[in-house]
Amino acid sequence: MSDLLSIEGLGITFGGLKAVHDVSFRVRPGEIVSVIGPNGAGKTTLFNMISGVYRPGAGRVVLEGDDVTGMEPHLLARRGMSRTFQNLQIFPSMTALENAVTGYHLQERGPVLADLLGLPGARARARRAEEGARALLARVGLERAAERAAGNLSYGSLKRLEIARALALEPKVLLLDEPAAGCNAVETEEIDHLIAEVAASGVAILLVEHDMKMVMRISNHIVVLDHGEKIAEGDPATVSRNPAVIAAYLGVEEGQDHAHG
Amino acid sequence: MKMTPKTATLLVLAALIALTPFFFPSGYYYRVGALLFVNGIAVTGMVILTGYAGQISLGHAGFAGIGAYACALAPVHWGLHPALAVILGAAISAILAFLVGRPILRLKGYYLGVATLGLGILVAMVLNNERQLTGGPDGMAVPELGLRALLKGWGLTLSNGEFWYFFCGLVLLVGAWLALNLYASPTGRALRALHGSEVAARTVGIDVARLKLQAFVISAVYASVSGSLLALQNKFVTPDVAGFMHSIEMVTMAVLGGVGSVLGAIFGAGILTLLPQVLTVFAEYEQMVLGLVMVLVMIFLREGLLPSVLRKFRGKDE
Repeated sequence: MSDLLSIEGLGITFGGLKAVHDVSFRVRPGEIVSVIGPNGAGKTTLFNMISGVYRPGAGRVVLEGDDVTGMEPHLLARRGMSRTFQNLQIFPSMTALENAVTGYHLQERGPVLADLLGLPGARARARRAEEGARALLARVGLERAAERAAGNLSYGSLKRLEIARALALEPKVLLLDEPAAGCNAVETEEIDHLIAEVAASGVAILLVEHDMKMVMRISNHIVVLDHGEKIAEGDPATVSRNPAVIAAYLGVEEGQDHAHG
Repeated sequence: MKMTPKTATLLVLAALIALTPFFFPSGYYYRVGALLFVNGIAVTGMVILTGYAGQISLGHAGFAGIGAYACALAPVHWGLHPALAVILGAAISAILAFLVGRPILRLKGYYLGVATLGLGILVAMVLNNERQLTGGPDGMAVPELGLRALLKGWGLTLSNGEFWYFFCGLVLLVGAWLALNLYASPTGRALRALHGSEVAARTVGIDVARLKLQAFVISAVYASVSGSLLALQNKFVTPDVAGFMHSIEMVTMAVLGGVGSVLGAIFGAGILTLLPQVLTVFAEYEQMVLGLVMVLVMIFLREGLLPSVLRKFRGKDE
């Protein structure tokens, strides 16, 4: 089976409202799949179901052939899924370096007693995590901010810090929730390159992004959501010509105007 | 080479413990110092639970009670050496913390506060009501640790006050060393991460429930050892050691001094142990002044005394 991640009929209801309904698609290794749609279309909800933050009401999430539906996020992380958040989830009182270091938790965790006693093994684990984190910070261009408290970094830096932390897990599939939101053109381009580079290394990337230029530029495949349902999917060129997609983005009012005219 | 914060903290602490006695006007101050260190041990446990992991407990005196009564009961009933009784108390506290922690630590914020409060009250009630075993509210005697006599045999003669001052100081140093090791370790970073954002901690693979439980158990052991040392040096114990006021004291000391740092929290323990001694000049208004100091610190120095003061010294470069 060549699909790394397969989403099958995923749905969830919040108080009678179908936030996401019957959404299916697939992501292969090295592929960048983007989920787009107007505000409130259910993109982040979908992400939260895939990454185990919400338990889906219907459907399955299949990772490397295994059903991982509703599995706890920390167990999904062990299976190679990692993510970032739309509304930044960093550890503000820790330095940028320490934030990135936490991404090495699975690789460098050890017995708590060894950590308490500061045994050589525990110190070596901490050091390996720091070295890895430093290299990652350099990769996302944050090496000079390593010792600064994360709470004091700019929004664009925090976005990159979150990506660095997610990359530390050496994920097989990476979920990026609006990685370029609030970033200027230069920063967006940097993030752009970074994502393409990560995908090139064979990581499957699932992306939610509002910056349409970026989505059209880097995606191999696009899934369009509206009111929680998939209304279209395909490569960027096909999707951008799809009438349903254009209607969803321009809004119903515009459509009515056209009808009258 | 630049000194690490860990080494610096331990050196400052060791120097304070070793040098302060030169300024003691009388032997009584050894007793005050030993009390300060006992409180410092419990509070260092709170730093791990509250400062690192961000979880609150209003019932940790319950574990101090277990540690204290283990030293009173085990030597009398099972002929256990008091030193082993300290370990037995710590083991019982750890097991209780493990069993109770699992369901309790799912709760957040004040729900967790109230649940831990209940745990502390339960232990205090058992100690109060099992009169045949514990002597009830009247308390019971605690046997000698015997270490002072042993040291005397080796040619090191210490007064009772001196012995407990240096012994508790040493245990505090060890406790601080362990806590500081933990801080920079993978486990410590994971604890601080889940403090910052539980959802993000989960997505980097941190088993949040398991780590909270580890912090809870470790801090329970600190409280237990602190209770044991208190009972052994007083040679007497009452259920007050497990009481609500003692739990509140632990949290207050840690928060007042700065719950994020080991040295800060121990500083807080120092202030709240020493201040009542100083405030006796206010006679019946002593408690009022103490309360006022706490309110003012929380309004103006919210990070706690020591971190706030250090920040002033360093200037605003951060």
